[in-house]
Amino acid sequence: MQLASFFSLQLPAKARFFLLFSVSYLIGGWVTSVWMTGSWITGSWHSVAAVLPEQSIDLLYHRYDQDGQLIDGPAILIRKNLGNTVSVSGEYLVDTVSGASIDVIATASEYTEERTETSVGIDYLVGKSILSFAYVNSTENDFDAESIHLNVSQDLFGDLTTLTMGYSQAWDTIGRVNDDFEEEADRRHFRLGLSQVITKNMLVNLDVETITDEGFLNNAYRQVRFVSDSARGYDYQFERYPHTRTSNAFSLRSLYYLPYRASIKGEYRFFSDTWGIQANQFEIAYLHPLFEHWLMEFRYRHYSQSKADFYQDLFPFENAQNFLARDKELSTYKNQTFGFGIGYEFNSLLDGYIEKGSVNLLLDYIDFTYDDFRDVTREGFVAGQEPLYSFDAWVTRLFVRFEY
Amino acid sequence: MMIKTNVLLMKCVLLGSLLLSGGCAEIKPWVKPYERDSLADPIMNFGRLGIANSYMHHMYQSREGARGAEGGSGGGCGCN
Repeated sequence: MQLASFFSLQLPAKARFFLLFSVSYLIGGWVTSVWMTGSWITGSWHSVAAVLPEQSIDLLYHRYDQDGQLIDGPAILIRKNLGNTVSVSGEYLVDTVSGASIDVIATASEYTEERTETSVGIDYLVGKSILSFAYVNSTENDFDAESIHLNVSQDLFGDLTTLTMGYSQAWDTIGRVNDDFEEEADRRHFRLGLSQVITKNMLVNLDVETITDEGFLNNAYRQVRFVSDSARGYDYQFERYPHTRTSNAFSLRSLYYLPYRASIKGEYRFFSDTWGIQANQFEIAYLHPLFEHWLMEFRYRHYSQSKADFYQDLFPFENAQNFLARDKELSTYKNQTFGFGIGYEFNSLLDGYIEKGSVNLLLDYIDFTYDDFRDVTREGFVAGQEPLYSFDAWVTRLFVRFEY
Repeated sequence: MMIKTNVLLMKCVLLGSLLLSGGCAEIKPWVKPYERDSLADPIMNFGRLGIANSYMHHMYQSREGARGAEGGSGGGCGCN
């Protein structure tokens, strides 16, 4: 309770300004401190009241099943309020990998078998502003990532508008199993979001995010192939990426409440980066309640992208150019997702200790079709003439939420 | 050059703050609190699936070239 009382203290405005500016400056330099403090000033001028997220326990089992590769595991998130102005949360997630993707089959490289992600976060409510901070740590046997996240969100104009600004910084350490190889990469994210009530039946969200990377940005195992005199007609060498990358993403999404109790969600996202990749994503979803407690969801998502400037499926010779990539995520391709979900919402469990909650089963089918990434596991073809690669995958999520 | 950019950025942020602080006093919400039933329905919540959504973003990020602006800017109906 003492901790709750401490966080419930309403610091003077000058003290909050100084605290936010100092923390932002120490973490991200002074562009970041201006960014974060400016957003807080913008937000807090007309402060009256806002609300923290609900106290909840979220449980997730996730499973990604691709031909020959299975990644699954649990995740748990617990959120607890301390007083009326602070909410703290902790999350733990595990990915267990078994089987192998086409990259592993083609070049016999090894991949990690387990990834664990831990995060802690705190949200601080000040009038109509919510200041959020989170720390995330992700660990594999050949990859470590740490990141911090600052966000400020503010309700404006009779609570019809929510403005959000955020900054994240991440530090990656990249290794290789059975090797003393070690490299580093740093990432910075700048986010700006706007959520707007348009009518009594319609919401719109706008998001813009710029990410800058610096350091070792390629996969430590992945290789490119080049034409050679070998029997199969090609050999491999390690990928080589630029040491910097900057990307911009913009998204517009909307929810519309239909004349009967159901909703439609539409989304468009555009992406481009300094490596020459451009991507477009469209999504539409339909949510339909059934009877009193059930909810059905249908979803379709389409994603397409152009390749990076330095990507090729088969280079003409070894070290053909400064930068070399044959990562299929940097090739020209598209994918489609067909999703279905069913949920059951319940009220009051365990003598009211659980106020409400839901159980949701979500199933997604995704197919990937590549335009310039060839399937080298197919035998009997001249190098560079192999059939184009494609695959499909099933993603299953079982998600349970208890609000207390 | 960097300093000039930073000063310009700071001026923009402060100017934006002043404009917002001066202007919004006159704006009245065009959707009244008693008209927000539909917006308060859980089916109108972008973040309804919490960590299940976060997992999907991670799953797509590791298989696609694009990243960022996946959502989560929050906001909602202003029902409280």
